[in-house]
Amino acid sequence: MIGYLVSLIIFTATYALFSLGLNLQWGFTGLINFGHVAFMTVGAYTTVLLSVKGVPLVIATVIGAALAAVLGLTLGVSTLRLREDYLAIVTIGASEVVRLIALNEEWLTRGPLGIPNYPLPLEELTRPTLFSKIGMIALWTAIFVLAGWQLVQWMRRRVDRLGREMAVDKKPPVSVMKLIWGAAAVILGLVLYGAGAIALSNYSYKAGLMLLLVTVLALVYWRLEVLVKSPWGRVLKAIREDEEVAKALGKNVFWYKLQALILGGAIAGIAGAFYAWNLTFINPDGFIPLITFQAWIIVVLGGTGNNAGTLLGAVIYWAYYSGTRFLPDLLQALHSIMPVVPVSIDDARLGAFRIMVIGLLLIVLMMARPQGILGKKEELTLGR
Amino acid sequence: MVDESSNSPDFPTDGLETNQPQDLAEVLADVEGVGASPQMELPLLAASGLVKNFGGIRAVDNAVIEVAKGSITGLVGPNGAGKTTLFNLLSNFIRSDRGRVLFDGEPIHHLQPHLIARIGMVRTFQVARALSRLSVMDNMLLATQHQTGEKFWNTWFKQKQIRQEEREQRERALDILDSIGLAHMAYEYAGALSGGQRKLLEMGRALMTVPKLILLDEPAAGVNPTLINQICDRILDWNRDGMTFLIIEHNMDVIMSLCDRVWVLAEGRNLASGSPAEIQSNPEVLEAYLGK
Repeated sequence: MIGYLVSLIIFTATYALFSLGLNLQWGFTGLINFGHVAFMTVGAYTTVLLSVKGVPLVIATVIGAALAAVLGLTLGVSTLRLREDYLAIVTIGASEVVRLIALNEEWLTRGPLGIPNYPLPLEELTRPTLFSKIGMIALWTAIFVLAGWQLVQWMRRRVDRLGREMAVDKKPPVSVMKLIWGAAAVILGLVLYGAGAIALSNYSYKAGLMLLLVTVLALVYWRLEVLVKSPWGRVLKAIREDEEVAKALGKNVFWYKLQALILGGAIAGIAGAFYAWNLTFINPDGFIPLITFQAWIIVVLGGTGNNAGTLLGAVIYWAYYSGTRFLPDLLQALHSIMPVVPVSIDDARLGAFRIMVIGLLLIVLMMARPQGILGKKEELTLGR
Repeated sequence: MVDESSNSPDFPTDGLETNQPQDLAEVLADVEGVGASPQMELPLLAASGLVKNFGGIRAVDNAVIEVAKGSITGLVGPNGAGKTTLFNLLSNFIRSDRGRVLFDGEPIHHLQPHLIARIGMVRTFQVARALSRLSVMDNMLLATQHQTGEKFWNTWFKQKQIRQEEREQRERALDILDSIGLAHMAYEYAGALSGGQRKLLEMGRALMTVPKLILLDEPAAGVNPTLINQICDRILDWNRDGMTFLIIEHNMDVIMSLCDRVWVLAEGRNLASGSPAEIQSNPEVLEAYLGK
């Protein structure tokens, strides 16, 4: 169970990191990037191939992120002058080109056979000393305490604002639903924290990877938050709203779009390295366009242009995705009580069914809460 | 960009009665005072021989325009005369096929639009463009030029300086917002503003860039009379403080009350230029507006 939770945390955090890159490009800058997986592919393959050749992992990862950034630069220079919808077409094409190169350039990537047995981070740390275990658990704790602190701050601001609005429109205070959600978030956080801490004390490779990944995710999240709240982020948001205005006010729109594409690409490149380290085997089938759209689901679910929303979107997406994995067991159990329930669905149908349901859920969400879970309702009702 | 708004030209002068005549008299007195002084100087903006074709249509044909330093210069003409296109050519939002534009004695027709804004010529848009999902304050702060925090690496290493600048700019923005009557909306979404308030916000935003010249594209279009007066007052105030304006406007009252000099454009060509009074009595202008 703990092992399962750890692997779930790794998947969630990888996708969260990946989607943060997309959120910077789409949520803040308004660039429609339908080829985000290309950056992940480049990051994953570069890191793996270099580390196989003996390059230290840190350097390999940095080069991987840098090459993903270069891909962003190339894409940007050639396409950013196009209008949004054309950018979408070009990026989805580019991501397929990258995948097909990985599939066909067998001298480099071994094509469909994929690459197994590459170096993994913290691999040599098979039996950490008690001291380093305590250190790791302390780091794990620190991240959760910081996250919790952020949550508390955010809640306090929410309550303050509600209080002010109360004074004006006599709306009810924090609703029961919000409290339930808040409690659920706290319980989820505690469960994840506990699972992680136990996993770290019975150290395994996955536990180490989880700690490393969550640390990187926390750092990236923090930097992005600083960035989007800075004047730099303000220019990105202005470009999202109306790039002509940004231009008229002396902002180099092209250069800022390029920066967003490069930075988002580099983040996705790092996510790619973690993706590879988690799977411990990569081949081009792991980098299909569907991954891009999973990131889109995550960003839209959580609320576009909201980094915390993206994290939440990733958690919800993976909670759903792994939760429905137990559907056959559930059906089996139901069948033993009520024989009317069909015993089992085969895997292919179940897979299709899960995708179908997530589509349905998205439609329902878009109708009930078009701004995403953490998005701001007011923003949608504004006139342009 | 070519097509003008569907507003019909407000040329007949009986519109004067809708504004308070007393204010207008004061206004005119002010204008004469300003217009007299800066005649001898080199024009702040001088464009000549501007040509722009859209396919087979020649939208701007050998247009000439000059804006004297410290003046409020008007640009009028019937719908489709190419006024907005001319604005786009001046600010290089559209590249001209031929012609030169000198700003403060320097050629600028090869510069990218954002660079033109940076050297002090800022434009507004015919349909006011507020950045809806940014606060009014953020709209204003965005306009500040040369911000430390707009450079990626500075957000890592110069936090203190950035915070300091933001504080200063916030104060300056509040002053301007106060003068255009939007201070109480500072922390609302710009998308929550009314059409007229958006026009004011655009002007405030333009002022925030500390420009030498502001190009206003129909500041009074679709705005109620009271707010039009407010907009005109602000333009005059800022002009008294030394700001130069080039204004496209269909509302002749506004043009007559504000401008020192008026340029008339018809079918992409210069038709006439002169003082508002001369323009108003020019038979060719009347013909262009009202037909034969």
